[in-house]
Amino acid sequence: MPAVTGKLAAASLALALIAVATSTASAQKKYDTGATDTEIKVGNIMPYSGPASAYGIIGRTEAAYFKKINEEGGINGRKINYISYDDAYSPPKTVEQARKLVESDEVLFIFNSLGTPPNSAIHKYMNSKKVPQLFVATGATKWNDPQNFPWTMGWQPNYQSETQIYAKWLLKNKPDAKIAVLYQNDDYGKDYVKGLKDGLGAKAASMIVAEESYETSEPTIDNHIVKLKSTGADVFMNITTPKFAAQAIKKVAEIGWKPLHFLNNVSASVGSVMKPAGFENGQDVISADYLKDVSDPEWANDAGMKDFLAFMGKYFPEGDKLDKGTIVGYAVAQTLVQVLKQCGDDLTHENIMKQAASLKDFRTEALLPGVKINTSPTDFAPISQLQLEKFKGEKWELFGDVISADVGG
Amino acid sequence: MSAAEEVVAEGNEAVEAVPKRAMTLGTGTSLVVLLLLIAVPLFAKNFVIFQLTQLLYLGLAVLALNILTGGSGQFSLGQSAFYGIGAYVTAVMMEQFNIPYFLCLPVAAVVCFGAGFLFGQPALRLSGVYLALATFALATAMPQLLKLNFLEHWTGGVQGLVVTKPDAPFGLPMGQDMWLYYFTLVVVLAIYIFSVNLLRSRSGRAFMAIRDNEIAASAMGVNVALYKTLAFGVSAGITGVAGGLSAIAVQFVAPDSFTITLAIQLFLGMVVGGVGWLPGSIVGAAFIIFVPNIAEGISKGLSGAVFGVLLFLVIYLVPHGARQVAILGQQLVGKLRKN
Repeated sequence: MPAVTGKLAAASLALALIAVATSTASAQKKYDTGATDTEIKVGNIMPYSGPASAYGIIGRTEAAYFKKINEEGGINGRKINYISYDDAYSPPKTVEQARKLVESDEVLFIFNSLGTPPNSAIHKYMNSKKVPQLFVATGATKWNDPQNFPWTMGWQPNYQSETQIYAKWLLKNKPDAKIAVLYQNDDYGKDYVKGLKDGLGAKAASMIVAEESYETSEPTIDNHIVKLKSTGADVFMNITTPKFAAQAIKKVAEIGWKPLHFLNNVSASVGSVMKPAGFENGQDVISADYLKDVSDPEWANDAGMKDFLAFMGKYFPEGDKLDKGTIVGYAVAQTLVQVLKQCGDDLTHENIMKQAASLKDFRTEALLPGVKINTSPTDFAPISQLQLEKFKGEKWELFGDVISADVGG
Repeated sequence: MSAAEEVVAEGNEAVEAVPKRAMTLGTGTSLVVLLLLIAVPLFAKNFVIFQLTQLLYLGLAVLALNILTGGSGQFSLGQSAFYGIGAYVTAVMMEQFNIPYFLCLPVAAVVCFGAGFLFGQPALRLSGVYLALATFALATAMPQLLKLNFLEHWTGGVQGLVVTKPDAPFGLPMGQDMWLYYFTLVVVLAIYIFSVNLLRSRSGRAFMAIRDNEIAASAMGVNVALYKTLAFGVSAGITGVAGGLSAIAVQFVAPDSFTITLAIQLFLGMVVGGVGWLPGSIVGAAFIIFVPNIAEGISKGLSGAVFGVLLFLVIYLVPHGARQVAILGQQLVGKLRKN
């Protein structure tokens, strides 16, 4: 018992000293495990190996960015200790790594863990531990659910908001459209279709004339395209991953179908979709984006793009600048730095979520002009704006205004 | 445990006792291992307890493969499928029908036994690499079958299914992780004892006779077809229990958790632990859980290559896996005693 009181006395003395040292009440330092006067421990889980290993570059870009932040003096004097583990995109491994980060490495929070199945596996765990699962790298809509999962937040525009934006555009510019939808039969495809139907509202039933789904195991989706053409639709909503997107664009041209062709952002890549499909087949395809395209000459003299290229040159020279993963990792790391700056000396789990949920018109210059990050205690979807783009020649051309849509999970 | 060892010790009078004894540990060693398994969690962090639980149920899955390959001489690269079925049966029963977890495991075992027995029928016509290929097909198909639309109502499709972790019963003063560890330990021990007994029984001898020489076995009156499919069924059933335990421990099942990679890992675990040596299963499981983490610690970008090098070293230095290490250790102890 005396030992305990001794400890208590020491603790209260320490507290008193801290209170004296920090004269103002607002500057009082508060920490949860993982944060100290000199360090913030940030956990991350990425598929560095396995089927989704191409995304691992996002984690490596983030590590490089935090190295830059640390060399420049850190955040409010604290260095970021970024601990990133490999889960090979396997949910049980994600659980093991998340528990290792939270219980063994004692990180302050887990940041930008990648993939819908891996994040689903730790969703409940993180929320029962009340440790933030911040800015997860997946577009599923369910991450925006502050009511039931107050410790989880997404970052990129979710799939539903993207098709909502297409729906808005269609209702305005082509209200008599007959829409044919092709989607991948999984959570990603279904999320997109739901956004489209919600966006069209009461007119969904009459405007969508055909829906076809395909399995990733199918070698080709040609038969679906032929079937969709036969319905007489004049708008084609192409919700497919890159390999199938290229097939679809090619087939649509081959059978002489000339619909207004919408391609989801997932496959809006020049290198992996438009080029293999043939540029001549992809003319006038419409998509949407929220990040600047590194290969687009429009940004050649853009200050934000120059900063990004300078960062890549100095801290991550071996990384592929044209890989979308690098600019995504760069932008999401910048968003985290902003949240940590806002936290000041109050580095508790509560305050991290509170600050992450109070981003007001925050911009990283990797985002397209006009796209802003906004969150609130009821809005856990940081980026919910996109700009439409049309494929012209050999590149995407932006058109129209930035359109927003907020969707909850 | 000791009961099993006694039974095995009794088997001394049989001439072919050597392979059977070689499949287990001596009584003293088993007691030490058992004591360690009981005591360690009392002093460990929750995360370590979780890893130990993983070790136990993966060890169980490796043991199941060991019975099939080490016992009856049949190859399988499809264990992940049975593991997945077991996990899903448990998860669906627990979450959709609110059945207590300890009742789900026997059901998972029975369902997987059935699945394994049925799969064993076509497997009868195949052997060696061809059988490996057929089971490989099963493992590749499983994640897609779990995504099927008409099952989605129960399985949650690609989204998977979140499982609630059980609390310790009777108000026992232990955390969920610790309770689950001891629960898993009891289940694994029970199955271990069952397996040891199975292999020393009439059926076990039939398995081994088939493994050693199929024609000779049938000439001696062993029903080759029955025992081959039986071995598949038993192995699948045990794998199903392991899968069920994994679903409870990980608290989540999704099709992506049960890919061919898992089957290959289990196969790897069996080889590293020593084919046909049951205690090696735990060593094999430890290898597939911890060595990738070590490899990642050495080099993140080249973790796969580092893992490959470590695996190569193990196979090159101790081709019979942990079993060989154990035998070497035993000989060393014997020498020391003589001196």
